[in-house]
Amino acid sequence: MTDVMSTAHLRPVGETILRIENLIVEYASRAGRVRAVSDVSLDVMGGETVAVVGESGCGKSTLAKAILRLIPSVSGRVMLNGTDLASLTGEALRCARPNIQMIFQDSISSLDPHLRVRELVEQPLKVWGRGTDEERRAKVDELLRSVNLDPEVVGDRKPTEFSGGQCQRISIARALSIEPQVLVCDEPVSSLDVSIQAQILNIIQAMKKRYGLSILFISHDLAVVRAISDRVYVMYMGKVCEVSTPQRLTSTPAHHYTHALVSAVPIPDPTVGRRRAVLEGEPPSPMSPPSGCRFRTRCPAATEKCAAEEPQLREVAPGQFVACHHPRV
Amino acid sequence: MTELFAVEDLRVQFSTPRGQLNAVRGITLSVRAGECLGIVGESGSGKTVLWRSAMGLLRGRKVTRTGSARLEGRELLTLTPKEVRQYWGTHIAMVFQDPMTALNPVRRIGSQFVEALIKRKGMHKDAAMARTIELLRLVRMAEPELLVRKYPAQLSGGMRQRVMIAMAIACEPKVLLADEPTTALDVTVQAQVLELLSDLREKLGMAMVIVTHDLGIVAGHTDRIAVLYAGEVVEMASTLDLFANTKMPYTEALLKSIPRLDGTSTDMMEVIDGAPPDPMAETVGCFFAPRCKYATDKCRHEHPELVDDGTGHFYRCFYPLGKQS
Repeated sequence: MTDVMSTAHLRPVGETILRIENLIVEYASRAGRVRAVSDVSLDVMGGETVAVVGESGCGKSTLAKAILRLIPSVSGRVMLNGTDLASLTGEALRCARPNIQMIFQDSISSLDPHLRVRELVEQPLKVWGRGTDEERRAKVDELLRSVNLDPEVVGDRKPTEFSGGQCQRISIARALSIEPQVLVCDEPVSSLDVSIQAQILNIIQAMKKRYGLSILFISHDLAVVRAISDRVYVMYMGKVCEVSTPQRLTSTPAHHYTHALVSAVPIPDPTVGRRRAVLEGEPPSPMSPPSGCRFRTRCPAATEKCAAEEPQLREVAPGQFVACHHPRV
Repeated sequence: MTELFAVEDLRVQFSTPRGQLNAVRGITLSVRAGECLGIVGESGSGKTVLWRSAMGLLRGRKVTRTGSARLEGRELLTLTPKEVRQYWGTHIAMVFQDPMTALNPVRRIGSQFVEALIKRKGMHKDAAMARTIELLRLVRMAEPELLVRKYPAQLSGGMRQRVMIAMAIACEPKVLLADEPTTALDVTVQAQVLELLSDLREKLGMAMVIVTHDLGIVAGHTDRIAVLYAGEVVEMASTLDLFANTKMPYTEALLKSIPRLDGTSTDMMEVIDGAPPDPMAETVGCFFAPRCKYATDKCRHEHPELVDDGTGHFYRCFYPLGKQS
């Protein structure tokens, strides 16, 4: 397999907080090794929200976990403030972790059911020995209030007594307690009702402003991504196929896969009428990805060149990069 | 048009250790032949309890059901479990949210189909297998001959949901009930499944009910929509009318909280503050009043009735939107 470095879309090193270069993650399976993340490069600047979108199995959650070193990577660098997380081990890795925290899709099961809300939010502070008992208590109360929970009411209750939206708010407070620079959100609102979704997204936005956070937001929902992100990466079968601004992504998608994703999003307006699902079939097996462009088996514009040569990310408009031989713009 | 499936003043209460829980508080609605009705509401609005109790799936000492649910004029609520089972599949069929748990994981797809066809239709084994392959082709599955030998875990979520749809239409039901049929699926697959459901409805002349929390999903695929809140219908109208002349502040708030691709992206999204009322508590006044930005004293003390504006647009509000007060 040829791995051409596709990093044209990255910004100067000095401006970024998190910079992932040519990351490769593989899983072992009975039938051989599956490359879930295949040469992905991505960067996040201070105070920026970068979103990664794609369907199930495109590698977006694997990418998030590999960045946090929750799973090992095969090669590539994960630079956080100039330190390569991928090369750290043991105590050095542990000490680097407070700078980057994560919240998960299933917030209810990501919280220890035996702990009370106050203990949950306080735990990271205790682990890192930050502050005195009193300072920690004040900090926990402040955090809970900032996610619109009343510490007097919820503080002594346990996660099982709360709804999914409330648990997600507790997770956010917990993740932010040790003041990370980067928050990785893996599908934080996908299992919530629309009305609750908006509440959580607003809290993430407010916390971002308040603590000057950089956010890596993993989602399958383009509409959600459009509402909150500054830059969007589209992934298909372990590769980045388009990098764009949220506005350009939906108005003038360059990759045929992005176009299919955008046109599949339901529009809450009956007068717009039914749009045909342009994408037929299922993604091919990740065990044996197609040669050349991975999307060519489902792409309306595929030619022989697409089978022979793998397209690399290149700039088609300011801030818009696409890996396609025959882009739509 | 004839009413195929009609629910009248249905009330469902659960007995819990803390007291009576009112899940459905007097819902009246109907589905006409060939029509597609969307039932929309948040978690806890009673949308799932509504159709499950009407179908006889929720019963027992802890469940109190009053009112009526009729299928082609036959009352379903008073039927015994054995009698009501006669209607499942042949008259009314269901598609569930989670296609993984709805299929038996240790049996091949084909044998799960064949069993249903033999039992319901009295088919022979070979004929049932032939019909299975035909049905799988109808839901646009590639290579159905190979698929019948597979186990559910070997299929993707979208494929499993299409298998579930094929099973649901196996006995040509008159009404297809789909409870959050696409919530667990990716957007592209979601679009495929919704297209498929709409096509099948036209092809087979079925009526369909889509139960969902997402107004965006039902916008392009339903004829009428009923919006549920706290166990009541708060607005019901034709899909076009509901979106063009929204009357309930709750519906308006729901619509505004959906992030849209075609909208302007703003810093903060509109949210509905607060939470739905406690289903255990006796609430006076409009159930939505504590969260409603237009609420007055009247709303907090009197409970509004569902009224018709004369065009078949029902709403439950003293101060409907789009009208000078």
